[in-house]
Amino acid sequence: MSRLQVVSGKGGTGKTTVAAALALALATEGKRTLLVEVEGRQGIAQLFETEALPYEERKIAVAPGGGEVYALAIDPELALLDYLQMFYKLGGAGRALKKLGAIDFATTVAPGLRDVLLTGKACEAVRRKDRSGRFVYDYVVMDAPPTGRITRFLNVNDEVAGLAKIGPIHNQAQAVMRVLKSPETAVHLVTLLEEMPVQETADGIAELRAARLPVGRVIVNMVRPEVLDAADLELVRTVERSSVAQALSTAGLGGARRGGNAEKLVDPLLEQAAEYAERYALEQEQRAVLGELGLPLHELPLLAEGMDLAGLYELATELRKQGLS
Amino acid sequence: MSPDRAEARKAREGRGTAEPQEAARRLAPARVLDIDPLLDDPKTRIVVCCGSGGVGKTTTAAALGLRAAERGRKVVVLTIDPARRLAQSMGIDSLDNVPRKVKGTDGDGELHAMMLDMKRTFDEVVEAHADPERAAAILANPFYQSLSAGFAGTQEYMAMEKLGQLRAKDEWDLIVVDTPPSRSALDFLDAPKRLGSFLDGRLIRLLTAPAKLGGRAGMAFLNVGMSMMTGTLGKLLGGQLLKDVQTFVAAMDTTFGGFRTRADATYKLLQAPGTAFLVVAAPERDALREAAYFVERLAAEDMPLVGLVLNRVHGSGAGRLSAERALAAAENLEDRRIVDQADGKASLRNSPDTYGSSQSSATETAADAPANAPEEGSPADTEHSVDRLTAGLLRLHADRMQLLSREQRTRDRFTARHPEVAVVEVPALPGDVHDLVGLRDIGDRLAAERPEHPEHPEHI
Repeated sequence: MSRLQVVSGKGGTGKTTVAAALALALATEGKRTLLVEVEGRQGIAQLFETEALPYEERKIAVAPGGGEVYALAIDPELALLDYLQMFYKLGGAGRALKKLGAIDFATTVAPGLRDVLLTGKACEAVRRKDRSGRFVYDYVVMDAPPTGRITRFLNVNDEVAGLAKIGPIHNQAQAVMRVLKSPETAVHLVTLLEEMPVQETADGIAELRAARLPVGRVIVNMVRPEVLDAADLELVRTVERSSVAQALSTAGLGGARRGGNAEKLVDPLLEQAAEYAERYALEQEQRAVLGELGLPLHELPLLAEGMDLAGLYELATELRKQGLS
Repeated sequence: MSPDRAEARKAREGRGTAEPQEAARRLAPARVLDIDPLLDDPKTRIVVCCGSGGVGKTTTAAALGLRAAERGRKVVVLTIDPARRLAQSMGIDSLDNVPRKVKGTDGDGELHAMMLDMKRTFDEVVEAHADPERAAAILANPFYQSLSAGFAGTQEYMAMEKLGQLRAKDEWDLIVVDTPPSRSALDFLDAPKRLGSFLDGRLIRLLTAPAKLGGRAGMAFLNVGMSMMTGTLGKLLGGQLLKDVQTFVAAMDTTFGGFRTRADATYKLLQAPGTAFLVVAAPERDALREAAYFVERLAAEDMPLVGLVLNRVHGSGAGRLSAERALAAAENLEDRRIVDQADGKASLRNSPDTYGSSQSSATETAADAPANAPEEGSPADTEHSVDRLTAGLLRLHADRMQLLSREQRTRDRFTARHPEVAVVEVPALPGDVHDLVGLRDIGDRLAAERPEHPEHPEHI
C-alpha cells in the first residue's frame, strides 16, 4: 500500500469526502494518517465539523480501533516562508518580503512554484521520521486539485523546468518528483456514474499515464441503490396496468377499478419507473466505460440523508470492506 | 391580489408606499422568475450564468441562448467548458475561438456559439496590441507561456476579456455567457482585478524599473528591499526567470495601456444596465450555499442579479402518496408473498380506500375494488413477479418523495435567507442533454408558467 495517497476527481464528485473517508479508513487499528488540503477551501474542516484549520498539523478525528487522523491545510505563502526559513534562515527578512508582495508574487504567478511548495510539503510529511526512526505518519492522504489539473499539479518537474533551471527550487522539484513517480504514491480518481465525470476520469487517467504518474484506483461515489433490477425493468415495459392496480389495491392503497385510488397511482408510478430505467441504462453504460480503464473499481453508496460526520465513518467502513486500506 | 386590484386599493386608500411590501409578502417564499420577458427585452444585452461547478450552468446558458434566438433575437453564446456531445451538437467542438452559427434553429433569430480557448484569447490580446515583432517576443517568453496557460484566474480573466470583445463588436443583440467552473463561484469577479493589479502593480514596477526608482532619494529604502528581494528570488528561481519576468513586463507595458484599465472596463460592463446575472444552482446543500454567497456578493458589487435558476428539481405525479405509506404498502406486498408461499392463500386482498388525506373520495369503498375478481387464472408466479415489481415501484416512489422533501427543505432555507430573489425551477431530466431538441426542451421548462409550488400536482 502506497504511503502517499492522492485523491482527485471532477468538481462535484465528492473528492474531499472520499479523501477524508480514506484517511479515516487508513487510520483504523492504531495507525496515524495525515489528511492534507492544498486548495485553501477549508473543505476538511467543514466535513469534520470543526473550525477552520490553521497551517499546522492538528488531530481532527479518532478512527475505530484507536487510530488518529491529523489534518493540515497547506497555505502556499506560509509554506514558502517556511522554506525560505529552512534554507536561508531569513527571519525578519521573510516578513519584509511578504510586505513587498514578493511572496504573493512568487506563489500566485509562477504556478509551478506554488505546486512544488504544496507537493513538497506533502512529500516531506511522507518521509518524516521521529527520533526512534519510525515514520511519523503511516499514510498521507492528499485532497488534490480536480482531475482537469491533477497531472499538471503533480508533474511539477516539467512545470518548473521551464522556469527555474537551477537553484534550490529546481532541486526541490527533483526530490518531489522522485517520490511522486515511485510506488510510494498512488493517484486515485473519484467519479460519478455520469457522462461528463466519467469522460474526464478517462482523460485524466490517460494524462497521468502519459506523465508516468502512478494511477491507483477509480472510486465511483454516490452510487444510487438498485431498487428495480433488470428483470423488473423488463416487466415494466410489458406489465398489464390492471394487474399493477390490483397489486396496489392488495397492498392497501385503494380501489383498483378505473378511477380508484390505486388505479390512479399506476401511471405516475410507471412513469417514475421509466425515468429510473433510462437512468439505469445510462449508468450501466458509464460503468462499462469505467470497466474498460483497466483499474480497480470501487463504489461508494449515496447517503440518503446527505453527508455528515456519521456518513464519513460509514464510507470509511465501506472503503475498508472493499480492501482500499 | 391581482395587480389591478392592488392598484385600485392603492388609489382608494391613498397609501401606495405600503404596497410593495404587501406584494413581497404575498409572493413569499419565492417569487417566480419569468424568463421570456427577460430574453425578449431589447435592453437585455448580456446574460451571465454563474454558479458552482456541476449544476448545469453550460446547459442553462445554451438553452437560454437557443430560446432567445428562436424568439427572434440574434444571440451569441460563450461557453467555457461544454460537454463534448453538447459542443458537437452546436457545431463548436473545433476550438477556433470565434463564434459559429448554429444550424437547425427555428424562427427568424440567429444563434451563434463559441467555446473559449483561454490561451488563444490571451495571444489575441497580445497580437492586437503589439507590433508583430514585439508580439512574437512576448508569445515566446517562457514567463508568458506559464502565465497564459496556468495562472490561477487566467481562464476567468479571458472569459471576461472575450465578453468585452464580443460586446464591443456589437454584432449581436444578446450575449449569453457561461462562467468558468471555479471552485469558488466568485473567482471570475476577482480574477481581472487580481491579474490586473498584479501586472500593473508596485512589485512589477519595482522589478522592471529599479534604476529609475533608485535615482530618487526618498525611494532608497525600497531599493534596499528591492535588491534583497531580487537577490532572494534570483537564488530561489534562478536569475533567468527574473530576467524573463522583467522583459515580459517591459514588453507588455509599452504595448498596451495596462491590464488594469481593461479589467476595470470589463467590470463596469458587468455593472451596466442591460447586463443580467442569473445564479444557477441545483437543490443541494452545497450548491445553494454557494448560490446564497453569490447573491450576497453580487449585491455588494452592484451587479444586477435577476434571479436564481434551480436546475434538476424533482417532482412526482403521485405526490399525495407519502414515502411512509408507500413503504408500508411495499412491505405489505412483500409480506403477502411470504404468506402465499407459506400457505398458498392471498391473505391481504383489496383493502379499503383509506390512504391519502381525509378528502379521499368517500364513494370509494372496498367494494369498489374488484374483490370477486381473482387473478383470471394467471399463474401464481406471474402474480408474484407483478407484486414484486409493484413493491419495487412503491419503494422507488418512497425514494422519490424523500428526495423531493429534502430538495424542498434545502430550497426553503435559501428562500428564507433571500426572499427577494426570483426563482425558476427546472424539472430534472433522467438523462444528459446533447442536442438542440433537448436544449429546446430545457428552454420550455425554464419558461413554463408554473404555480409557485410546482411539485405535487394533484393526481389522486
